[in-house]
Amino acid sequence: MASEEELLEEITNSEYKYGFVTNIESDKAPKGLSEDIVRFISAKKNEPEWLLEYRLKSLKIWQGMIEPEWAHLQYPKPDFQDLHYYSAPKPKKKLDSLDEVDPELIDTFNKLGISLEEQKRLTGVAVDVVMDSVSVKTTFKEKLGELGIIFCSFSEAVQEHPELVKKYLGTVVPSADNFYAALNSAVFTDGSFCYIPKGVRCPMELSTYFRINEAKTGQFERTLVIADEDSYVSYLEGCTAPMRDENQLHAAVVELIALDRAEIKYSTIQNWYPGSKEGKGGIYNFVTKRGLCMEDSKISWTQVETGSAVTWKYPGCILKGDRSVGEFYSVAVTSNHQQADTGSKMLHIGKNTKSTIISKGISAGQANNSYRGLVKINKHATNSRNFTQCDSLLMGNKCGAHTFPYIEIDNSSSKVEHEATTSKIGEDQIFYCKQRGMDEETAINLIVNGYCKEVLNQLPMEFAVEAQKLLEISLEGSVG
Amino acid sequence: MLEATVEMSQKDKFLSHFGMIDFSFDKSPFKEKRKEAEDRLSNMEFPTSKTEYWKYTRVNKLIRQEYILGEQELSSEIDLGVPTENCLVFINGYYSEELSWTKSEEGIDFMPLSKAKEGNQPLADRFDQLSKKEEIFSTINSAYHQDGVFFHAKKGKLAESVYYVINISAGEKAISNPRNMVIMDEGSSAKMIFKNLSASEGYSFTNQLTEYFVGRNANLEVNKIESESDEAFLISNDECQQDESSQFKINTISLSGALLRNNLNIDLNGSHTETWMNGLSLLHGKQHVDHHTLIHHREPDCVSHELYKTIADDASTGVFNGKVYVHPIAQKTNAYQSNANMVLTDEAAVYSKPELEIYADDVKCSHGSTTGQLDEEALFYLRSRGIGQKKAIAVLLNAFLSDLVEHIGVEHLREEVQAVIDEKYSGVK
Repeated sequence: MASEEELLEEITNSEYKYGFVTNIESDKAPKGLSEDIVRFISAKKNEPEWLLEYRLKSLKIWQGMIEPEWAHLQYPKPDFQDLHYYSAPKPKKKLDSLDEVDPELIDTFNKLGISLEEQKRLTGVAVDVVMDSVSVKTTFKEKLGELGIIFCSFSEAVQEHPELVKKYLGTVVPSADNFYAALNSAVFTDGSFCYIPKGVRCPMELSTYFRINEAKTGQFERTLVIADEDSYVSYLEGCTAPMRDENQLHAAVVELIALDRAEIKYSTIQNWYPGSKEGKGGIYNFVTKRGLCMEDSKISWTQVETGSAVTWKYPGCILKGDRSVGEFYSVAVTSNHQQADTGSKMLHIGKNTKSTIISKGISAGQANNSYRGLVKINKHATNSRNFTQCDSLLMGNKCGAHTFPYIEIDNSSSKVEHEATTSKIGEDQIFYCKQRGMDEETAINLIVNGYCKEVLNQLPMEFAVEAQKLLEISLEGSVG
Repeated sequence: MLEATVEMSQKDKFLSHFGMIDFSFDKSPFKEKRKEAEDRLSNMEFPTSKTEYWKYTRVNKLIRQEYILGEQELSSEIDLGVPTENCLVFINGYYSEELSWTKSEEGIDFMPLSKAKEGNQPLADRFDQLSKKEEIFSTINSAYHQDGVFFHAKKGKLAESVYYVINISAGEKAISNPRNMVIMDEGSSAKMIFKNLSASEGYSFTNQLTEYFVGRNANLEVNKIESESDEAFLISNDECQQDESSQFKINTISLSGALLRNNLNIDLNGSHTETWMNGLSLLHGKQHVDHHTLIHHREPDCVSHELYKTIADDASTGVFNGKVYVHPIAQKTNAYQSNANMVLTDEAAVYSKPELEIYADDVKCSHGSTTGQLDEEALFYLRSRGIGQKKAIAVLLNAFLSDLVEHIGVEHLREEVQAVIDEKYSGVK
C-alpha cells in the first residue's frame, strides 16, 4: 500500500491556481468535525457572516442525522471523526518529464487520446514553455466577461458576488436534504460557480474552459449553476482521465437553477480511482445533484460513471414551472469490486411537464450496479409525461444488476412509462462480429458502444469520443 | 400520571383481542409453533411510514380500531352462489359445517385445518415452514390463527372438481386470522378458488395466511376473489414453494374492501418450473389496494410471468410492488414483470415499484410499468363509428382487462368476473 500512496502523491494534480490562497502551506485542520473546525474553514476562506451561519446550521442538522443505509451498497462506513476537513493543497514535487510518470497511467492517456500537453498538465510534469492554456484562459475569461457570464471558483463567487450566492445557495438542495448534503453544506471547501445573465447564450462549452482551469477542489465540492431567463449553457464537469485522489470520501453537492425559458445541459464524466482489482481502497462517491426548472425551462443531465469504488448518486430535476423539461442520460459501468447505486429523480409539479430517463448499466467482474429512480407526478401536474428506460448488461456470472424504480402518479391526465431489461450480450451478436473477422474483445466493445449510444450521443462531441474509449478501457479484461 | 404508566402500547392493545381464543385443541407440534410465533411477537413492531416494505400503505387506521372476535354463525342468510361440488365455508375464521358441503374424491383430502391437525403427518411436517417469520401480520396469524382449509392432492391425482374456500367476515368489528394449507404431491393437479366476503356492513379485519407446497410436476391454479364490504380490512399472505417442473398460477382479483394488502411470496426450489402471478384490481371509492410480490429464482431454467393491472376510479389508490430475485445459480432464468395502470380521476393515485435484483448473467429479465388513461384516439375511432361514449369506454376497459380475465381457468368464475367488469364500467362517466 505504501508504494500505492507514493504513487498517488506523485501523480495527483499539483497545480493550484485559485488566487485567494496564499501562504497556507502549513494549513491543515486537525482531524474530526466540530463547530470549531467549521469556524476554522470559514475563517480561512474569509467568508461573510451569513455563510458561516449557514455552515453552522448545516452542521447542527448533520449532527442530528444518521447515515442512510437503504442503498444497495456494502462498504465499511467512514469514520467522520477521523478525517481532515480542511487541508490546503500544497504544491507537490514537480516531475521533470513524462518518463517519471507511472507507465500504466501514460498508457491510459494514450488510449484516451489525450494530448501530450494535457498529459503533462494532468500528471504534474513541469512545462517549460509557457503553456498555451494561460493565454487561452484569459481569452476565454475576456469573452465570457463581455457577455456578463460569471464563471469562477465558489470561493471567488462568495467574495465577489455574495448577493447571487446568498440568494441561490441551498435553494435546490437544502442542508437537511440528506446526510451527505448536510455534511457538504457544513464543510464544503470549494467548487465552481456559474451565472449566465438574462438572454445570453453561452458561446462555448464551459467544459473546454473548465479543463484548462481545473484545479484540485477537494473532497467536499460545491457547484452552483444559475441560468437566468432565456439563457443557455452547456457545462461539463469531470474528466475522462483517471483521477487518483488520496481522499477516500467525496461528498459533493451540485445545484442547477434554470429560470424561465433557460436551458442547462450538464454533463459529467467520473473516473475516480475504483480501488484495486481485489477491491481494496478506492473512492466513496456520495453526491447530491439536483436541478430546479422554472417555466418553459429545461435541464438535461448526462453522466458517464466508470470510477469510484462506491457510487451513490441520483441527479434529479424538480420540474416546478409549467412546461418544463427534465432529462437524464446515464451510463454506469462497474467492474471488479465496484458498486454503484445510481439513478434519477423527476418530480413533476408544474403542468405539462416532461421528463425522460435513459439509464444504461453495465456490470462486470464481481460488481453490483443498481438503478434507483423516482418519478413522481403531483396532483396538479396535469398532462405530464415521463418515459423511463433502464437497461442492464451483465458480463460474467459473479456480478449483479438491480432495478428499484419508484413510480408515483397522482392525477388522471399524465402518462408514465417505465421499462427495464436485464440480459447479457447475445452470443449470436458476438458470433456475427467474429464471423466478420473481429476478435471477441473488439466485438464486445462494439456491442457495448452501440448499447450506450443513446447516452453517449448526448455528450459534447470531443467527450463522446473519449467516453467511448473510456468504456473500452473500463471493461478491459473483464470478458472471457 | 398513573394513567400514563398503565396505558397499553398500540401493539399490546391490538394483540389483546386474541387473548380470549381457546387454543387448547392444538397438539404438538402445532402448539409449539404457536408459542414460537408468540415469542417472536414480543420483539416486533407494526410497520410505520418509515418501513420500506409498507411505504405506500399505512396500517394505523387498521390497528387502532376496536375489534371483537366475531360470531361463529351467520345471523342472516347469504347467497354464496357457488356452482361446485366442494365448498368449505368459514365464518370469522371458524369452520361452518352447516354452510359447507363436500363430495369426497379419491386421492384428495379437503377438510378444515382443525380436523387435519389431528394426526395428518404431511401437515405436521410442513406447517408454518413458509410463513415470513419477520413479518408481523404473518406472525400474528401463526400465533393466533383459528381455522382454515387443508387441501392435499395425493401423488398423480388430477382433481376433477373445483375446490372452493369461502371466508366470511360477519358482524361489525369482526376480526379473524384464517389459516390455510395446500399440499400438491408429485404429478397432481388442481384448481382452487378462495373467496373473501362480508355478511354485514361496517368494518372488519381479516388477516389470512395460506401456504402452498407444489410438488414435482404438480400443477396448481389458485383464484382469489376479494370482495368484502367497502369498510373491510384484509391482509392476505400467500406463501408458495415450487419443486422441480411444477406449475403454479395465482390470480388475485380485488374488487372491494377499504384496505387490501396482498403479500405473495414464491420460492422456486427446483428447476424448470413455471409461474404465473396475475392481479386484477378494480378500485372505487376510497379503496386502497396494495400488491406486494416477491419471487425467488433459486434454481436454473425457471420461467415466471407477472401481470398486474389496476383501474383506479374515484379517490382510490393502487399500489404495486413486485420483485424478482435471481440467485447466482439460477442461470437461464426468464422472468417478465408487467404492471399497467389506468387512472380515471384526479383524486385517484397509483404507485408502482417493479424491482429486479439479479445475480446471474445468462438471464432474460425485464419489466414494464405504464400508467395512463384511455387512449383518446381509440375512443375517437369507436365514437366515429357510431358507438356511444359510455359504450366505447366500456369496450376499451374491457379490452384492457381481457388478458387477465382469460387467465382464469375456471369457466364459471371467468364469467362471474366478466359480469362484474361489465356492470362496473357500463355506466362509467
